[in-house]
Formats: sequence, C-alpha cells, structure tokens
Amino acid sequence: MSVTHYLVLAAILFTIGAVGVLVRRNAIVVFMCIELMLNSVNLTLVTFARATGTIDGQIMAFFVMVVAAAEVVVGLAIIMSIYRTRRSASVDDANLLKY
Amino acid sequence: MTIEAPDLSLAALAPLLFVFGAACIGVLVEAFGPRDSRHPVQVAVALVGTLGGLVTTVLLAGTREVTAGGALAVDGAGLFLQATIAGLGALSLLLFAERNLDPARSAFVVSAAVPAGSVRDRELLTVQRVQTEVYPLATFAIGGMMLFVTANDLLVMFVALEVLSLPLYLISGLARRRRLLSQEAAVKYFLLGSFASAFFLYGVALVYGATGTVRLAGVREAVAGAEGGTLVVLGLALLVVGLLFKASVAPFHTWTPDVYQGAPTPVTAFMAACTKVAAFGAILRLLYVAFGTEEWTWRPLVYGVAIVSMVIGAVLGLTQTDLKRMLAYSSVAHAGFLLTGVLGLPATGDAAGSGLPAVMFYLLAYGLTTLGAFAVLTLVRSGEGEATHLSQWAGLAQRSPLTAAVMSLFLLALAGIPLTSGFTGKFAVFRAAIEDGAWPLALVALLASAVAAFFYLRVIVLMYFSEPAVDGPTVGVPGLPTTIVLAVTAAATLLLGIVPGAVLGLADRAAIFVG
Repeated sequence: MSVTHYLVLAAILFTIGAVGVLVRRNAIVVFMCIELMLNSVNLTLVTFARATGTIDGQIMAFFVMVVAAAEVVVGLAIIMSIYRTRRSASVDDANLLKY
Repeated sequence: MTIEAPDLSLAALAPLLFVFGAACIGVLVEAFGPRDSRHPVQVAVALVGTLGGLVTTVLLAGTREVTAGGALAVDGAGLFLQATIAGLGALSLLLFAERNLDPARSAFVVSAAVPAGSVRDRELLTVQRVQTEVYPLATFAIGGMMLFVTANDLLVMFVALEVLSLPLYLISGLARRRRLLSQEAAVKYFLLGSFASAFFLYGVALVYGATGTVRLAGVREAVAGAEGGTLVVLGLALLVVGLLFKASVAPFHTWTPDVYQGAPTPVTAFMAACTKVAAFGAILRLLYVAFGTEEWTWRPLVYGVAIVSMVIGAVLGLTQTDLKRMLAYSSVAHAGFLLTGVLGLPATGDAAGSGLPAVMFYLLAYGLTTLGAFAVLTLVRSGEGEATHLSQWAGLAQRSPLTAAVMSLFLLALAGIPLTSGFTGKFAVFRAAIEDGAWPLALVALLASAVAAFFYLRVIVLMYFSEPAVDGPTVGVPGLPTTIVLAVTAAATLLLGIVPGAVLGLADRAAIFVG
C-alpha cells in the first residue's frame, strides 16, 4: 500500500462529508458529516507526516481532535437548545430568517 | 533525546496574555463570584483585559519579532490590527453592558437552557436578572481574533480561528427577545462556520503535504522553489475559501444576513466590526507572507470574488426592508471593497505597496462606523424589542433629531461620502488597486459604491422627509456605556474623514509583515 491510497481514501471521505452537509436535513447528521470531514483531514495529516518524514502532521492531528471535541460541545448545545423549542432538529424547519 | 524550550518573548505576547488572562478570570468569576455583584465585576474584568491589550499593543509599537518558536509574528501590521481588534472589542463590550435600554435591563437571555416560549421562559422574560456568561465568551473571541492576526503558522491560525468562532456561535444565540430567531442564527452560523473550518483545515493538510511545513516562511521558501505544484494550488484555494467565509465575502456570505439579523444587536456589532478585521488580517498575512511569490495563482481568484462580493452586496442590499439585514449586505459589499485593496502590491520586506496600509486603514474606519451604526439600532425600540424594520424609522428625525443625525453620519460614512472616514478608506483602497493596474476592478467598485449609496441614502430620506407613524417606535435614552460608544465612533468617523493624515501615516509605517 503506498501513501497515495490513504490520501485518496481521505479525499473520498472528505467528499462524502461535504456532500452530506449539503444534502442531509437533520442538524445532527449534518454535524456528523462535518466531523467526518475533520477526521478525513486527520488521516491526510498523518499520511503526509509519514510521507514527508516530519512529525508535525501527527501533532496537528491531536490538535484537530481537541478542536473537534470542543466543537462538539458547542454544537450540540446549540442544536439541543433549538430542538427543545421546536421539537425538531431539521434544518429545513429553521426558516424564520430569510431574504 | 532532549527537548529544547522554545524561545518565548513574553513582552511581545503581552497583549494576548492580557486578553486571555481576563477571559480566564472571567470564567472563574462566573463560577465562584456571588450573583449580585457578578455583572459589574465581569464588565470590569473584560474591559481591563481588552483595554490592557490595547495599551500593550501601543507600547509594543515598532516591535518586529518572530516568537513562540516561530509560531507568532509580532510585527507592525499584526500590532496595528491587534490594537484595532482590542479597541473595537472594548467598545462592543460596552454595548453588551448597556442596562438602560431594555426594560428587563439586558439584551441577553437570563437562562439560555430554558426552551423559548415556555412558561418558565415567559416568567424569566421580565426578571431583571442579568446574564454574565457573555463577557468571558466575548473576551475569548477577542483573544482568538488577536491571535489570528499574528499567527505565523497554519496550525496556530486554525486554532485561533476556532477560538474566535466557538464563542461567537454561542453568544449569537443568546438574545433576550425573539429567541427563536436568535437560536436559528446560532445553528446556521455554527453549521456553516464549522463547514468552512473543515475546508480551511483540509487546505492546511494539503499545503503541509506539499511543502512539509506549516510555518508561513517555510511555505514561502518551498513554494518559491517550485515544489508541490497542484497540491499547493489546491491547498491555497481551500485555505482562502475558509478565510473568505469568515470575512463574509460573496459567494461565501449566505450566513451573514441571517446571523446579523438574528443575533442580539450588540453581538452583531461585535461580529461586524471585529470578525471582519481578524479575517482580513489573516487573509493578508497568508497571501502576502506565505504565497507572496505565488501571486499569479491567487490574483484571479481574489479579483473574481471581489467583483462578485461588491455586486451581490450592493444589489441585494437594495431589496432589504430590515435594517440589520441591510447592514449585513453592506458588510458583504465592504468586504469586496477591502479585497480591492488586498490586490494592491504585496508588501513583503521593504518593497511596501500601498495595498496593505490601505486595507488596514479601511478596516479600522469601517469597524468604527459599523459599530456605531449598530449601536444606534439598539436605541430605536418599539414595544419591548428593537424596531429594525425600515418603515418603522419613518420620520425619526422629528422624534429624535440627534439619533437621526448620528445615524445619518454613519450611513454617509458607509456610503463613502467625502469628509467621513468611509471616503478616506475607499479612496485609499481604490488608489492601491489602480496603481497596481487593476482599474477595471476599481471601476466596478465605484459603480457598486454608487448603487450601495442609494440604499444608505434611502434610510436618511426616510428619517428626514417622511411623516412619523402614530404608533411609531420610541427612542430610548442610552446609559453611559452606549453613550460612550456613540461618542467615540461618531468622533472617529468624522476625524478619520477630515484629518486622516496621522492614522494613514501610522498604517503606512506599520504595514510590514515579518516571518
């Protein structure tokens, strides 16, 4: 297995995540797709760390994990607050602000 | 194996330490302070932190240093933008602290966890208790922005981006009135914001893969040595998309009107002024320091988005009936004008172009003006909330001549009428673009300014030449904090228009990137 395989896999995962954000309607699922994008970046970083022989990529992957965890805390709090009010986590129902 | 301690110049980091220190103390006060005295203490801590940050950046003027193991570049442009963010941040915190305007004495919800519209929520609506979590959150955001503009490393840039964004997502959902709109704004901002962060991060990974480093200087060397190729271009594009989103540049602006309208107005003022400065600071550093030698790769991209942003901002601004939304589209248009300046010649080393100082001055001028405009919006109220619909502002000059006059000043400055700061800023960025041969862009910018001037002037005409409605809005009497904000921003808008020489000179001298 060359590093290219890992990079292509990461790119595919990133694309699945990005498409998911655009087409899925449930805020939680959209959020999971964003997490998928972040994790595909982690895979890319670790692969490049191996390919370039530097350790920066591995360290960055840890930073990304911590940031993603912080993002989960904030994101779920926001989604919970809107769900409690509306009894729905669909992004289509949040439609008061437009034009 | 020994681990070397990184060189850490505490003096150069003082502004950041001040602001982050205040934010941490704010969290402790929130946890352990008695509820009755929390509000004044929190306001004091946040203001001391941001003003301390402002004073230390001024004291550091002239520093050109790369510190923290090469992760931070404390240079002229960085310090100028840090001072701008700290100053605008302190003014926004004053708007947060206003207690005279809302009958319940605060613009923020008492308990964000209570479902909007529930029985408990209605009980709490009239309680005069004040929410103080916003102060440490906003201070963290200010600290993140100040870190963002000095980050000399793509990883630090990403961390700073998140540190500034996460608190903003939260505080934009904390409005006391119209909570559904506010929560919806928070969800939209959060989902789209983290989507953009993911793009930025993938860009970081690709640039790292192509060059083997994330230091901006290292990237520049690798790129100049023509390593990487496609990966670098792809990475650069993703990085720029992530940053343009934060700067609310069209076509990545779709969150801007919704979030600006839904968020509590003091928070909108904060976002419009400070986030713009931080995002453009990072764009400038990334493009000039890391990709200055790749100019012909990013130039067409920036050229295109600048035109799209100006046109969309100006044209869609025409159709708005809500003042907060109108100012949001105005912010999109201004982002386009700023990009016009970004295209001025790169200013690496001694070969300083006129683009960088022009953008720095424009950011300061626009930040002060837009902060003032949103501060005026908090004054005009109907019932218990703010009256932001355009029709409610009819004949405001008869009801409160002073409010109408101050608002007119800010709108004229946003339109770029001479003798206001907006004119000086626009003149500077357009000149930079023309000097660099981008005269078609300057032409589009002038046309867009003319279109945008129409919707600013429409508000002025409405305020002065319409009959006030019988059940029209009332103009609240602001307390000391909002009065200070209005006085400072109005004075600065006039002074930067009439005697801009000193600040323009300062921006000129400061416009140097190291790293």
